[in-house]
Amino acid sequence: MSPTAQVERTEVAGFKWPPQGVTRAPYRLFTDPEIYRLEQERIFRGKTWNFLCLDIEIQNPGDYRTTTVGETPVVVTRDREGKVYAMVNRCAHKGALVCLKKKDNVASLSCVYHAWNYELDGQLKGVAFRNGVRGHGGMPEDFDAKQHRLRPVRVESFCGMIFGTFSDEVEDVETYLGPEMASFIKRNLGRPLRVLGTHSQMIHNNWKLYAENLRDSYHATLLHTFYTTFKVNRLDMDGGITLSERKWHHLSYARRAKMQEAAEYAEAKVHSANYESALDGPGLLEAWEEFDDGITHSIQTVFPNMCIQFTLNSLAIRFFAPRGVDQTELFWIYLGYERDSEEQSQMRVMQSNLTGAAGLVSLEDGCINEFVQRGTRADPDQSSFIEMGGREVDSERNSRATETAVRGFWHGYRNIMGF
Amino acid sequence: MHNVLEKPSKQVTAPTRDQVMDLITAYAHSVDDMRLDVWPQFFTSDALYHVTTRENHEAGLPIGVVRCVGRGMMQDRVKAFYSANIFEPHTYTHIIGRSEFLEPTSEMAISARSNFQIVRTMETGRMDLFAVGRYLDEVVIEDSQPRFRKRVVILDSRNVDILIVIPL
Repeated sequence: MSPTAQVERTEVAGFKWPPQGVTRAPYRLFTDPEIYRLEQERIFRGKTWNFLCLDIEIQNPGDYRTTTVGETPVVVTRDREGKVYAMVNRCAHKGALVCLKKKDNVASLSCVYHAWNYELDGQLKGVAFRNGVRGHGGMPEDFDAKQHRLRPVRVESFCGMIFGTFSDEVEDVETYLGPEMASFIKRNLGRPLRVLGTHSQMIHNNWKLYAENLRDSYHATLLHTFYTTFKVNRLDMDGGITLSERKWHHLSYARRAKMQEAAEYAEAKVHSANYESALDGPGLLEAWEEFDDGITHSIQTVFPNMCIQFTLNSLAIRFFAPRGVDQTELFWIYLGYERDSEEQSQMRVMQSNLTGAAGLVSLEDGCINEFVQRGTRADPDQSSFIEMGGREVDSERNSRATETAVRGFWHGYRNIMGF
Repeated sequence: MHNVLEKPSKQVTAPTRDQVMDLITAYAHSVDDMRLDVWPQFFTSDALYHVTTRENHEAGLPIGVVRCVGRGMMQDRVKAFYSANIFEPHTYTHIIGRSEFLEPTSEMAISARSNFQIVRTMETGRMDLFAVGRYLDEVVIEDSQPRFRKRVVILDSRNVDILIVIPL
């Protein structure tokens, strides 16, 4: 988005971005309820595509799956013709939730409060006692069912993922992703998928701290010391960062490990290097080479709410929903392909131990953002310092010791928020 | 593919119900007392330890939250706890209900289901009901000791607060 296309800059009482730009993120962004409210409007209900669910989660006619876009409850359905719809999961009458389960299969959507009944596409089809009872009561003569439907959410499917947006203006998903991001998603998800398991995690921090954390390739080998120990993701591995055109999506990747000790580790005596490297249960890291591009690890974000991980053979979608200014629910969907052999499936299952709420490699992400939340909340006017790898916001093909993707996040964030 | 090559156990008989209940209690107290180094010893060398959610369990999905196949993987978890993983210090207290003994899967094993609650206490003093669910256990005698051959921990909730680094 060019600077001229930015939305009108809006004053949030006394808030001003520091003159150093995206190399600073004011702590107030993580605690201010007014900013949080504006994000719901401008980001989650604005010109973005939000991950809703997988195509295979609503495979059959009549299937529904509930989720949230930001804090807004949404239901995704498949109608009898196989077409996918999404709408705000809120009855047009009094505003109660219509669908209560995570997933179900139904003939129509029915609100339990006053039995208003909707088609799977969200059209209102029946109102209880519409014509009254024994000639009394009922809706006014001019009641028009067409004026009272579930609020539609625009949907589009890409590589088995269903995205939704409240915007009529945002371009199609593939254009929104851009060619480099779209082609890597096709590499990872462009064939029939199979869900291997799911869970979620409550992290006690603002959603943007997690969004930063996903894009922060600098911390990977420093905080997550299991990785370094078992030489699966070292800074001395060949890798890099690709940013999308608008900088807010990113792809971080590493190629096959070169098993030498990096001098930087030995000199700095960082925690990462001091660990015995033998696994007692080597089955954990049994893997096979799935692609011929040499990339063994990748993390790819799609602004605002999702990420695709491919760690060895462990493929997962993570997406998150803000649950208040300082709470975020993080969802994990572990995947395989329909074509996987039993043995391949088993390797994916074992490697799921690396990530998730109890992930040997990355469980620290469950608490680290909370440490920032707790560390910063008393000083909203101070800022974090984000200059690793320079002050630019560009792709970095040769190193992941950089915060360029974090700056990219703030670049995109400032544009869409008008800050 | 995950064989742990150790000598096969010389098992002669199934454990008694008392032995099973003692094992379940000793396991919980050992974790609550943070004696994690001995945690793998509560399992047979080829045991399965699987933490999952009710939702995954009911859907028959293989991935939950933790899956250790063989004692080696459990030892790796313990090592990671002591020297690799970073987290805010905390402890558990298990409260376990009376075990129900289930139809055994073999003559050498006893199967039991026990409900549990785990209260987690953080360094700050904050206490939370951290986990609620059930243990589905298969216990055998290995090296003259009752041990879990299989321990499936089924969490009621899909949602884990913060992280899991201490075994449940």
